[in-house]
Amino acid sequence: METLCRKFGEEKVERFKKALEELKNIPGSLIAIMNEAQEIFGYLPIEVQLYISKEMNVPLTEIFGIATFYSRFTLKPSGKYKINLCMGTACYVRGAAMVLEKIKEKLGIQVGETTPDGKFSLEPTRCLGACGLAPVMMINGEVFGRLTPDDVDEILSKFE
Amino acid sequence: MLYRSHVMVCGGTGCTSSDSDKVAERFTEEIKKAGLDKEVLVVRTGCFGLCELGPVVVVYPEGVFYSRVKPDYVPEIVEEHLLKGRPVKKYLYGESVTEREIKPLEETPFFRKQKRIALRNCGIINPEDIREAIAFDGYKALAKVLTQMTPKEVIDEVKKSGLRGRGGGGFPTGVKWEFAYNQKETPKYVVCNADEGDPGAFMDRSILEGDPHSVLEAMAIAGYAIGANHGYIYVRAEYPLAVKRLKIAIEQAREYGLLGKDIFGTGFDFDIEIRLGAGAFVCGEETALLNSVMGRRGEPRPRPPFPAVKGVWDKPTIINNVETFANIPPIILNGAEWFSSIGTEKSKGTKVFALTGKVNNTGLIEVPMGTTLREIIYEIGGGIPNGKKFKAAQTGGPSGGCIPAEHLDTPIDYDSLINVGSMMGSGGLVVMDEDTCMVNVAKFFLEFTVDESCGKCAPCRIGTRRMLEVLDKITSGKGEEGDIERLEELAKTIKATALCGLGQTAPNPVLSTIRYFRDEYEAHIKEKRCPAGVCQALLRFYIAPDKCKGCGICAKNCPVNAISGKTKEPYVIDQDKCIKCGTCIEKCPFGAIYKK
Repeated sequence: METLCRKFGEEKVERFKKALEELKNIPGSLIAIMNEAQEIFGYLPIEVQLYISKEMNVPLTEIFGIATFYSRFTLKPSGKYKINLCMGTACYVRGAAMVLEKIKEKLGIQVGETTPDGKFSLEPTRCLGACGLAPVMMINGEVFGRLTPDDVDEILSKFE
Repeated sequence: MLYRSHVMVCGGTGCTSSDSDKVAERFTEEIKKAGLDKEVLVVRTGCFGLCELGPVVVVYPEGVFYSRVKPDYVPEIVEEHLLKGRPVKKYLYGESVTEREIKPLEETPFFRKQKRIALRNCGIINPEDIREAIAFDGYKALAKVLTQMTPKEVIDEVKKSGLRGRGGGGFPTGVKWEFAYNQKETPKYVVCNADEGDPGAFMDRSILEGDPHSVLEAMAIAGYAIGANHGYIYVRAEYPLAVKRLKIAIEQAREYGLLGKDIFGTGFDFDIEIRLGAGAFVCGEETALLNSVMGRRGEPRPRPPFPAVKGVWDKPTIINNVETFANIPPIILNGAEWFSSIGTEKSKGTKVFALTGKVNNTGLIEVPMGTTLREIIYEIGGGIPNGKKFKAAQTGGPSGGCIPAEHLDTPIDYDSLINVGSMMGSGGLVVMDEDTCMVNVAKFFLEFTVDESCGKCAPCRIGTRRMLEVLDKITSGKGEEGDIERLEELAKTIKATALCGLGQTAPNPVLSTIRYFRDEYEAHIKEKRCPAGVCQALLRFYIAPDKCKGCGICAKNCPVNAISGKTKEPYVIDQDKCIKCGTCIEKCPFGAIYKK
């Protein structure tokens, strides 16, 4: 608890505690609780998993098992700007792979990595549901569509 | 209050991504400025279907259709159309304007062949206001069921309608309900599978965003039919807008007494809880989904026991897909005969498809079963862009296959698609043109399944990876004689031995591309050539002598010094040295370098 506060500040921890209290007694709510934690802390470090384990009286192995099973949960913090490039079929057919290469080259990171300065992380996703705009990517919730590799520089420079 | 005109602004995910929020705001603002706010109402609706042309705005009562609307167009539309009654032609959807008249939306080629049952309210009502849903017959079927029908009669009606599961399997819905109905054990549960994981599919999402009440109503009907009082909607957390609208819908339904205790005063209780998925494709498989609903790792388990016997908390449970549920209220209201009069002999009703890829009108469509691929791609979809040639249509996502041009006239239903080596799946329909490499497509889907395999059974965990390695070899120019046969053998074994649907169907994209495009595989393996010009490692770069001005920029930028030549004379690329990085193409100011 204390280590958590030190790491994330009291406000976030309080918010999570409240969410946990609300969900705790609903049967089968473990994933919902972990979703809240992911949302509030941005990732699920071991301290958070330990805390959930204790509060819910569920073994840590089970929590870890769930955290590593679902792609939404991450064990490492992501960058300030999260680049979700869609790798769904529609985007793929319309050339998302070329856009991905360009982003990788520009940022010097691979899929799933974060730039050393902690600014960008590259996390391709499976279908954002905006196939009409394919290829699409989302940066911190903002959607960019009908991409070509040439658009990458300009879009990323907005977030410098 | 009555309004003389309604401005419907699409609030689906596609249009929202292209700023339809700002368009709607601007409309509200400008209409107020013009003093029309008592006469004209702006409505945020669900998806209209023509995502390619978003943001989409439709003005009723005329039904005229504005496409790719920018906020800056709004003042003119308000001034001319809403105030003076003259639609602004230049912003209208081109297909709807002819010399003499402006056609309403329903008569454009995109909509003419469609029949909307599951999507009946999408783009028509404001999904965040239950009163609009009720005005369009929402909850009327529930009232009919609760006051006039016995559970057995409901099940018989659904059985008679011939409705089959729209999530992909195509299992008869009424039969599924009957299994659960016959179980003695209680409590029972109703689960809605909204874990739409197929890349390139957004049917379920659009229904949840555009008409959430139809799903809630149908779940309550299912609950009454099988004797359940509790429902779960399992929806992806990646669909924030759908989740938000579902929450609003559930709350409003409770407020109006359409969910909760003693619905319509009949003593029937039913309530619904939302469960968020956390990103795992395998959770679309029903036994995996059940585990996830209970807050565990979403791993499948062998069947039997089927969920109808042992489902959520080991109690009898039915699991239906969003689109399946959306079909239920119209079946109850209009009768099984009406529904079974639509479609083919073994596949009744309509099917929603997410039409994407290399096609002019990307979007969401709903057509009667038995419509041919040609009608969908060329009439509704408006053909292939840039005059390119059609190569294949992919249906069924990572579990399906590619259908080549020779089968374009196949009427689409569950059985005909299986006959041509694909499957219905949940409704993704991706069009591919001549620039698409089929070996690469197979690799794309296998990468997906390898990524999403839960790892519980060996055939899927190890087998799909072995297949991917072979494909990797082929696409990087290291293919050998016998690789195709190796792929086929692996595929056969995986299909026969994998634990769940994900593994059993994972080899399908490979098998169907081998079946129809074996020559492409062979070109990769024997001639080390990619006919579509996609596989980087197999491409060769050339300089066109007639276009080359001999400036030498390419040679200066080539990282491996593979280009040589004399100034003002055409340069040449040394194929042995070239690493195919593509830098020269990027740098050439005259577009003289090409790859083949």
